[in-house]
Formats: sequence, C-alpha cells, structure tokens
Amino acid sequence: MRTLVLPPHHYLNDGYGIKSWLLTRDHKRIALLYLAAITFFFFLGGSFAVLIRLELVTPPGDLVSDETYNKLFTMHGVIMVFFFLIPSIPSTLGNFLVPLMIGAKDLAFPKLNLASWYIYVLGGLFTIYALVSGGVDTGWTFYTPYSTVSSTTSVIPAAMGIFITGFSSILTGLNFIVTIHRMRAPGMTWFRMPLFLWSIYATSLIMVLGTPVLAITMLLVAAERVLHFGFFDPALGGDPVLFQHLFWFYSHPAVYIMVLPSMGVVSEIVAAFCRKQIFGYKFVAFASMAIAVLGFLVWGHHLYVAGESVYAAMIFSALSFMVAIPSAVKVFNWTATMYKGSISWKTPMLYAMGFIGLFTIGGLTGLFIAAVGFDVHVTDTYFIIAHFHYIMVGGALMGYLGGLHYWWPKISGRLYPEPLAKLSAGIIFLGFNLTFFPQFILGYLGMPRRYHAYPPEFQVLNVLSSAGASILGVGYLIPMAYLMWSLRYGQIAGANPWGASGLEWTTTSPPPTENFVRTPIVTEEPYTYPIRAEAHLG
Amino acid sequence: MSEHIVPTRTYYTIFAILMLCTGLTVAIAFVNLGAMNIVAALTIAAFKATIVVLFFMHVKYSTRLTWAVVVGSLFWLGILLALTLGDYLTRGWIT
Amino acid sequence: MAEIVHPSPAPFDSAQGRLAHQFDNLEQQKEASTLGMWVFLTTEVLFFGGLFVTYCIYRLWYPAAFAAGSREMLIWAGATNTAVLITSSLTMALAVHAAQTGNRRLLMSFLIVTMLLGCVFLGIKAFEYHTEFAEHHVPGAAFEFQPQALRQNAQLFFSLYFVMTGLHALHMIIGLGLMSFMLWWAWNGTITKEYYNPIEVSGLYWHFVDIVWIFLFPLLYLIGRHV
Repeated sequence: MRTLVLPPHHYLNDGYGIKSWLLTRDHKRIALLYLAAITFFFFLGGSFAVLIRLELVTPPGDLVSDETYNKLFTMHGVIMVFFFLIPSIPSTLGNFLVPLMIGAKDLAFPKLNLASWYIYVLGGLFTIYALVSGGVDTGWTFYTPYSTVSSTTSVIPAAMGIFITGFSSILTGLNFIVTIHRMRAPGMTWFRMPLFLWSIYATSLIMVLGTPVLAITMLLVAAERVLHFGFFDPALGGDPVLFQHLFWFYSHPAVYIMVLPSMGVVSEIVAAFCRKQIFGYKFVAFASMAIAVLGFLVWGHHLYVAGESVYAAMIFSALSFMVAIPSAVKVFNWTATMYKGSISWKTPMLYAMGFIGLFTIGGLTGLFIAAVGFDVHVTDTYFIIAHFHYIMVGGALMGYLGGLHYWWPKISGRLYPEPLAKLSAGIIFLGFNLTFFPQFILGYLGMPRRYHAYPPEFQVLNVLSSAGASILGVGYLIPMAYLMWSLRYGQIAGANPWGASGLEWTTTSPPPTENFVRTPIVTEEPYTYPIRAEAHLG
Repeated sequence: MSEHIVPTRTYYTIFAILMLCTGLTVAIAFVNLGAMNIVAALTIAAFKATIVVLFFMHVKYSTRLTWAVVVGSLFWLGILLALTLGDYLTRGWIT
Repeated sequence: MAEIVHPSPAPFDSAQGRLAHQFDNLEQQKEASTLGMWVFLTTEVLFFGGLFVTYCIYRLWYPAAFAAGSREMLIWAGATNTAVLITSSLTMALAVHAAQTGNRRLLMSFLIVTMLLGCVFLGIKAFEYHTEFAEHHVPGAAFEFQPQALRQNAQLFFSLYFVMTGLHALHMIIGLGLMSFMLWWAWNGTITKEYYNPIEVSGLYWHFVDIVWIFLFPLLYLIGRHV
C-alpha cells in the first residue's frame, strides 16, 4: 500500500497571511470564508434554540419574560433562515464544487464572488447590531402592522441586515447561473452534469427570481417604519395581507433554496456509496427544475387564515399538492438506486439515509397542511414547527453535514475519523427525532407556537423535546471538534478516497488553485462505475 | 448576439417611433375611453418597452438564452401579479 | 512544476490583455458578462415588480383617490422626462455603435450626451419634488389634500409615487456613476473594437432604467386625465 502525501502545491498553501484570504479570488478559499461565517451564525442561532427549549421545560413562562421570549424565537428564526440555511450549501459546497464539477478554473465572476461574501458579512453585522441593541420581537416573518408600527425593537437594523444579505444570495445565484451556462468543460453537455449541479442551478434560479421581492419588501418595512407610508397599515388604508403576499412570494421558494442543494448532495452520495448510476437521472434533473418552478406558485398556503380569499386558498392548496410530486420522484429514484447497489455505509451515506427518511416525514406532513381543512386547525401550532424542522434540520441540515463529510477529503486533503463521525451521525439522528417528533403531537393537541407558557398537560412532551435538543446540541459539537482535529492529524486522503466518479475526484486533494492542470474533456455520462484506473491521480 | 452591428438608421427609426408613442399616450389620456384608458396606456407602454428591448438592447439579434431570460423575468413578475390579484379580486365573492 | 504565466493587462495593449484568467477566450468572456447583466436585470424586474404589484392593488382599491392624486402631477414635467430618457437611450445605443466601430471620439461624445440627459432628467425630477413639497403632497404630518374625503388614500398614492420614482432616480444616479466609469475607460483606451462589451452591458442597464420609467409615466401621471 502506497503512502499517500499531500500535493506540494494546492490552494491552501498558495499564499499565506490574512490578506491572501480576505482578498482572494479563489472560489475554494471563498467557500471556506463562508464556511467559517455560517458556522458562527449556526451556533449563534442554535444558542437561542437552547434558551427556547430550556424555557419550555416547565409550563409557566418563568425563565424569561414574554418580550424576551419573543426576541428569542425571532432571532433564532432570522439567523437560522437567512444567515445559515439559505447560504449554507450554495455558498460553501456550491462555491467550492461548481467550477470543479464542470471542469472550470473558477466561477464566471470571481471578484463578484468575494464581494458576495463581504456583503453577507455586512448583513450579518447589521443583524448582530440588531441583536445587541435589544433584539427584534416580530417573529422572523415580520408581520405588519406590528413590525411597521407597534414594535419598539430593532426592526430596521434587522430588516436592513436581511436586505443586504439578500444581495449576497442574488449575486451568488447569478454567478452560478452564468458559470453553468457558459463555462462547462468541452464535452460536458447538460445531461452529463452531475445532479448536484442541476440542483445548484435550480436553486440559483430561485435565488435570482425570488430574493429581489424579499428585498423590496424589507425595504418597504423599514421605510414604512420611519416614514409611515401606510402600505401595510390598515389604519392608513393599507393591507397587512399584501405584506404577507410579498413576503411569502420569496419565503416559500426560499425553503426550496434550503432543501434543493441538499437533495443534490444526496444524489451524489447515494451514487457514490451504492457505486451505481442514479436511477432515472433525467427524471431527477427535471424534478429539481420542477421543484424550483412549482415552488413559486404555492406561497398562499401561508395565508390560509390570514384573510386571503377562499378561492385563492383552494388554488394555492391544489398547487401545493403538486409541488410534492417531484420531491417524491427523487425519493423513489434514490431508493431505486440503492436496489442491487454495492452499498457502503460510510458517514456520508448515513446522513443521506437520514435525509431521505426525515425529509419524507417532513414532506408528507407538508401535504397534510397543504389541505386547507386540516391547516386551519394546526396552523400556528407546534405541528407547523415540527413540519418545517423535519425539512430544514432533518432534511437540509443532514444533507449539508453529509456533503461536508463526503467532500471534506477534497477540501482539506484529510480524512475525518470515521468511527467518531458515525457516532455523531447517530447522536444527531436520535437527538433530532426526540426533539421534533413530540412537537407533531403537541401541535396536533393544540399547543400554539411562539408561546412560552403552556397548559401543564403538555409538559411531558415538551420535556422530551428539550431532552432531545440537548442531545442534538452535543451531536453538532462533536463534528466541529473532529473536523478541526482532522485538519492537522487526519489521515491523508489522496485524490479519490471514496472511489467516486466526478471531475472533482480527478484532481488532487486539496486541488491546486487553478483546479485542473489540464482542462478536462468529458466523454461519458456521470456516475459510470467501475472507475477506470487511469482516471485516478492517486 | 455575436458581431452583428445594428445600423444607426434603425436606432433613429426606433427613437422616432418611441417619441410618437409618447405623444400618443399623452393625447389618449385626455380622451374619455372609460375602462379602456388604462388598457391603452399599458398597451402603448408595453409596445415601447418591447422595441427598446428588441432593438436598443439587441435582443432581436441575441441568443435564445437571452430571449428566454427576458421572457422568464416577465413571466415571473406575471406569477406574482396574477396570483396576488387572484386573491384580491376574489375576496368579495363570498357574501 | 510548470509556472503559469499570465500576460499583465495593459490599457493600450491588444484586447487579449483584457482576458480574465477564468475564461478560455474573449468570446466566452463576452457571452458570460452579457448573460450576467441580463440575469441581474431579471432581479431588477422582480425588485421593481414588487412595487408595481403594490401599486396595482391600491389602485384597484382606491380608484378615485389615485385619479385625484395623478391629476396633481405635473404632466409636462413627466412627458418631458419621458422624452429625455428615450433620447438618452438613443444616444446610449449610438455610443455602443461607436464602440463597436472603434470610434473613440464618437463613443465619448455619446456617453457624455447620455449622461447630460440623465442629469436633465434628475433636474426636472428635483424640480417636481420641490413643487410637491411646497404643495404639501409629501406624505407625513404635513400632508394636505383636497377633497378631504380622499386625503388618506391619496396619501397612499403619493407614498407610492415617491417610493417608485425615488427608487428609479437612485437607479439613474447609479447609472450615471456607471457611465462615468465607462467614459474613463473610453478615454484611456481600454475600450476598443475588440473589447467593447462593457459599453454594451452598461447600455443594457441604462435601457432598463428607461423602460421602468416608460411604465411609471402613464401609471403615475396619466390616470383620470380624461375626466
């Protein structure tokens, strides 16, 4: 067995010092800048979740005041949605992998990519300012007229922080769209692209089409707060439901921004660890596009009880049922891929399996609440909270962790410790289900969301949920530790430790700054196994 | 869109049409067409925008991808408008 | 290990010097930058689009107040501004033509005229804002409107007017900044017959700002004029 060594020149040792990182144009370094930033926000948002679950251990609202509790769930939502989930996979794995997977030297606009990171950080600073200047208590949804008229908290800095960060999202999406259209390597036709790229492309379309509407909405909220326009204030002739239409036109497709990249990761992982072509490749590719398009047609299902007309509710309900179909197609196709595959149960595969199961539960409960008759009973209860956490945490976050582990050797040149990683995956899976499954029951029984005091008969389920949250928290900390550890002490990975197909595995780990010594020429479909020996660089 | 250089004559023609349409839209505004006033105004505006896009912005000589981006952006705005209006226009239907 | 040598870009060098490292050739770079600007304009369509939807809803709800508010607009200022912007689009298109045919002087002239017309637009807009302020049509505590019955909803009209034209004016100012940059590049020889795409994509942005106004003008200035 040959001893593996790190390549002598790669993107991590191509220039040292803080300037070489803060002024880099290299998409791989920018991905790591994002990785650091979103990890910070993940733990910040998580700390609010810890306080929320701590409060909910006992029925009376005794840990914090009403006002403080409002701020806790608001900041948890704002930070997790806008500063962790939305950027997570696109800005880290997307930035790192898109040029590698299409055989390019970088994205189309490297300087714009760096600018996107700075814009994200600026938005984050505005939000941190909102936090330290007293927090925001409107809920992450900023419903008017409370947010524009009555709330006395730092709404404007938070709204501006989201507005600014939105541009980071838009520019990232723009960069990916142009790159994928115009910079594919010779021979890489659309249907030779790995499915991760299809899902990143679909995600980028959503980012570009939806985020601007959020931007103008947040701008109007801030303007209305200062100048009292009345667009969303019934006392001045405005309609609060109009705010909700504009807000959810983005925020519903936003959930597909959060989950589509994870689905792409799952496709890559399942193919690699079953050593098999993804079943129905074209169907999965088209399903990504269908999710992106249909996802824009369903936002009114957030307004069923807000005052929208019952006819609009019916239409949005029917469309919401339809959007589940492409997601289901993907789940079936991943499962079919596993059939008669040569399955290897490494950590990434464990996360991918976790995704498939938990996303299915989240998605099915989504169908329940798409039905207007059911939703009027469970809206604004813990049922909704459980539903979206199954998708966001059980789905998106699991996909993110799976992808991080799968591509860690490529990013760092090192392997993470497999036994510890498997243990963490198990702890996370257990902790997650213990945290959120009881919440389905709580919601069904009628416990409202955003309340920190509840009737005593709900206590047992709340205690289970909080216990699960503590396990989940531990589960997230362990990978932090061993991933950092592996940077120095991890086993050297080599170019293709998984024996996976894909252009990114044909270059060294870590890759050189320019990604490929020679521009690759693509002659075959993705996921062709077995890998021919000469494709390895070793 | 390659190297196709649009002749300046085309630009001057489009300019003249745009100015005429502007005059037309102002004139029509003072004629009482009832509900059709807004239709007329928006039709003329859409026509003006179309010729700016096709000729000044070179979309007539551009790739299908460019055309798809233009149509797509308008279509998406249409989704926002149509489904939102779908709510507002049907609110009064149940008495 | 082979060293990768990049030719250093020089302003008076041939167009090859403008090739960025991530692209294989100038054609790919040109296509990428054009597509990039079009995707950006898509985001602008949706950005302004939110305001147009808001306008649509409130005009539906308050037709009388919107008509009354619109009749207060200075129609000749609006019409003149429309003509000014259309002319500036012409000069912008002619600037691109000059760049494509390698005519540096003509390119600079047309860019300057375009910018001047942009300034005229902003000047007329400033005059309108000043008039509206004097007539107490700026939303807020000092807002006044006759008849009283339409006052609250007319204030909504004026709020939309200021937000939409204000955002548009901001985009004009950014456009002027962009054109200044293009003028400098035209002056120092960066723009050549082979490397003219920056002018083209700046033109795309400028025309877009014109198109937004083409819709704003009838929607804000021409309601209820026939009454």
